[in-house]
Amino acid sequence: MKELLIELFSEEIPARMQGKASGDLKTLVTDGLVEAGLTYASAAAFATPRRLALVIEGLSEASQESREERKGPKVGAPEKAIEGFLRSTGLTMDDLQVRPDKKGEAYFATIVTPGRGAAEIVAEVLEKTIRTFPWPKSMRWGSGSLRWVRPLHSILCVLSDEGGAEVVPLELDGLVAGDRTQGHRFMGPAAFSAQSFEDYEAKLKTARVILRPDARAEAIWHDATHLAFAKGLEVVEDNGLLAEVAGLVEWPVVLMGGIEDEFLGLPPEVLQTSMKEHQKFFSVKNPKTGRIEAWVTVANIEAEDGGAAILAGNSRVLRARLSDAKFFWDNDLREIRDRGLAGMAEGLANVTFQSKLGSQADRVARIEALARLIAPMVGAEAEQAAEAARIAKADLRSEMVGEFPELQGLMGRYYAAEGGHAPEVAAAVQEHYAPLGPSDDVPTAPVSVALALADKLDTLAGFWAIDEKPTGSKDPFALRRAALGVIRLILANDLRLPLDELIGQANRGADMADLMRFFHERLKVHLRDAGVPHDVIDACLTKESADLALVTARAKALADVLKTDDGENLVQGFKRANNILSQAEAADGVEYSFGADPKFAEEAEEKALFAALDAAEAKITPALEAEDYAAAMSAMAALRAPIDAFFEAVQVNADNQLLRRNRLNLLSRIRSVCLAAADLTRLEG
Amino acid sequence: MADRPRSFQEIILRLQTYWSGQGCAILQPYDMEVGAGTFHPATTLRALGDRAWAAAYVQPSRRPTDGRYGENPNRLQHYYQYQVILKPSPPDLQALYLGSLEAIGIDMANHDIRFVEDDWESPTLGAWGLGWEVWCDGMEVSQFTYFQQVGGHDCHPVSGELTYGLERLAMYVLGAEHVMEMPFNDPQSPIPLTYGDIFRQTEEEYSRHNFDAADTEKLLGDFERAEAECHALLSLPEEDPKTGKRIVLAHPAYDQCIKASHIFNLLDARGVISVTERQAYIGRVRALAKACADAFVTTDAAKAA
Repeated sequence: MKELLIELFSEEIPARMQGKASGDLKTLVTDGLVEAGLTYASAAAFATPRRLALVIEGLSEASQESREERKGPKVGAPEKAIEGFLRSTGLTMDDLQVRPDKKGEAYFATIVTPGRGAAEIVAEVLEKTIRTFPWPKSMRWGSGSLRWVRPLHSILCVLSDEGGAEVVPLELDGLVAGDRTQGHRFMGPAAFSAQSFEDYEAKLKTARVILRPDARAEAIWHDATHLAFAKGLEVVEDNGLLAEVAGLVEWPVVLMGGIEDEFLGLPPEVLQTSMKEHQKFFSVKNPKTGRIEAWVTVANIEAEDGGAAILAGNSRVLRARLSDAKFFWDNDLREIRDRGLAGMAEGLANVTFQSKLGSQADRVARIEALARLIAPMVGAEAEQAAEAARIAKADLRSEMVGEFPELQGLMGRYYAAEGGHAPEVAAAVQEHYAPLGPSDDVPTAPVSVALALADKLDTLAGFWAIDEKPTGSKDPFALRRAALGVIRLILANDLRLPLDELIGQANRGADMADLMRFFHERLKVHLRDAGVPHDVIDACLTKESADLALVTARAKALADVLKTDDGENLVQGFKRANNILSQAEAADGVEYSFGADPKFAEEAEEKALFAALDAAEAKITPALEAEDYAAAMSAMAALRAPIDAFFEAVQVNADNQLLRRNRLNLLSRIRSVCLAAADLTRLEG
Repeated sequence: MADRPRSFQEIILRLQTYWSGQGCAILQPYDMEVGAGTFHPATTLRALGDRAWAAAYVQPSRRPTDGRYGENPNRLQHYYQYQVILKPSPPDLQALYLGSLEAIGIDMANHDIRFVEDDWESPTLGAWGLGWEVWCDGMEVSQFTYFQQVGGHDCHPVSGELTYGLERLAMYVLGAEHVMEMPFNDPQSPIPLTYGDIFRQTEEEYSRHNFDAADTEKLLGDFERAEAECHALLSLPEEDPKTGKRIVLAHPAYDQCIKASHIFNLLDARGVISVTERQAYIGRVRALAKACADAFVTTDAAKAA
């Protein structure tokens, strides 16, 4: 058994790509080795900013010899056929065996592929891995044509066992694999050789590189929390940032600095955004006041001066950034004091939303009208919804959002509160963008819901009206996200909205039927993710379905009942009834849709089905009216036993035409009773 | 920092000396208004074709929208970039770059230098590359790019491009809080001059000019004329009737492309270009850059010696 150690040493790999890259390295190499006939016990991969490393333990020494038997021409076949067979197998006449075959005797060849040593296979697999590596973006450098995420400098590839270590012979565009690498760029630049993974990891550590990303993250978090704790503060958790920062350093050194008093009045989100996005700082808050008062940065070097210059430099950069932020904040507040948030919004008339859809001010006017209309449907006060709509986009004109676009909405909320607007109006200004992603929270406050719906419906109807719909992977105006947002707002708040009418109100020019189809498609995607199969939704959906909450409730009830034995079998019974009926209708050229009469029922099962259909109908109709879909579906499912029994005992196509007609009309009742609950013909399988 | 430069110009001189020592031709700024050092034909055009190349230069750059009347401590509508281009990119380019930081007094033992992902793209030049922004103690001090494509052409070999934002870097090295207070020449000189002594007034004048005074009607016409002339120059027959030689007007045409690009920036600062028009203008400048690149690659300067 051998151990295989691979390191690909390059210039700095983007932090966000390191995790996936180490995983890909492991998968590609282990899959390649196994495919070539080697086995291994375990594998692990690691990444630092400058290297991807892979260790494979318990690797077999060689692949097994393989034998394949191939049948050739018959004995006595033309010379040419035999020559061709010899050529294709690479054998001579003497190597062939003659054995009896179905008709006479035939030549047989045994092709032996000898086993290959691990080194040879590793070289082949690693070369292929490097040449086909799935980087999200790769590049060339110098005069070469090799591609890697950034210039690749060296390849370490060593096979080892108790007997020692050997370098796997491999050359790739001038890069010769060896057993050497180097440590930290500044603290351990001397080259060293590694004989095994243990040796490699230990020497890296001496050369000031922590190989394991989780160990770096842990060290950062440990040191950061301790530094903060010593000052009575706590670090604001941010796992995304922690992973990113761990991918920016090979030897993390944590330093903490304070925020100057003059900036402490800024909203905490401004401090946090400024520090995280631009500087990759962790925010540190005072648990007593809840304010963010300090920051933590992670350097990649143990400085001779203990980090004084690094801290001073970082403080200086932060001061410049926060001075900007404070300048914007003060200017915005002054503007709101002088002219109000509505005054700030005036400038929106000069900003184009979309050339065919007018300015942002035009858009706001449309949203206001729509929000007024929606407000009573969602329990909000129309005047409040309209007020919130008028100031919803005002912060786009603020200096703060100009600098930090990601703070749109949030700044609007602060400014609305500063401008004396009611808390629910201010909240709506922030929340009207939500939900953004599939995991984003859905607003529930009525004013927020009204505004969020109005904003999204205006966008959707507007872009539909100018025929800018999403196509394939292209959705530049995020219309799919907007439609999903509407759907989630409706479902989470159980809203009963006439979506088709609202679209018409939002923009007369929009093709309403087409936009409804789009909503239905998005609803299907959304419910499918929630475990409702698409055909179940189809069974509850018509082109006219404008009330998505009802469609969803019905689909969920149907999906639930289909999971039961009765439900599943009912569908089979329904389909059988429907098929027989459809065939008969096609053959006879008439519609059997009326007049099934229990007095012509002969068999007990037939009579029972009449009774069961009456009973089911008596339950389903009122249940549907009461929107109690669970009751409707279970009443439908209760038909399973009588339908099964009917088909078991009764022949529909009886010789007696009177009986036949009556039975076909009975099948039609099965169809109509079930279809009232859901369109079971749409179900697959 | 033991060996610390004392002025803005000393930092520039040290960079010139350093890169000269690394074998670069030290060029002078291009004599036209450009938005960044990359626009200098010594970078844009020389990154094309297979002829080896090594050059370094200061390039005064203009970004009309960044004007702040000289008041903002860090923002200027006219500033200097230091530009280095090496083709093919040498294997030790990162080390060479770090050497340049040491040359201007940044001590690697006490500062935190980081290469942070930053892919570079210039929609107006039809160019892109991969690389990093280089951070020193959390501050971006340079752009480091391996050109992959310029003017729509794949770069073979690949050029390594380094761009230093000189004011920002110098402010850091010299410890200046406001760009206008930064010593331009040695503060011990008989006539010490700050950056503000030289540029405060021009920042005011150009800020007013760029935002409010530039004649937009004239600029719109200038853009059209530059665009038309660029195409006209490139459509001339390759053989010069006077000398009988093949003379393709790649550089004169490219001058018109530079001109169109700067006029577009001015129009943008004047606020007369809508969001939708913006894309169209960028596309038109890119078409010029691409046409110039197409022409340049057919000339001797693009071919291996």
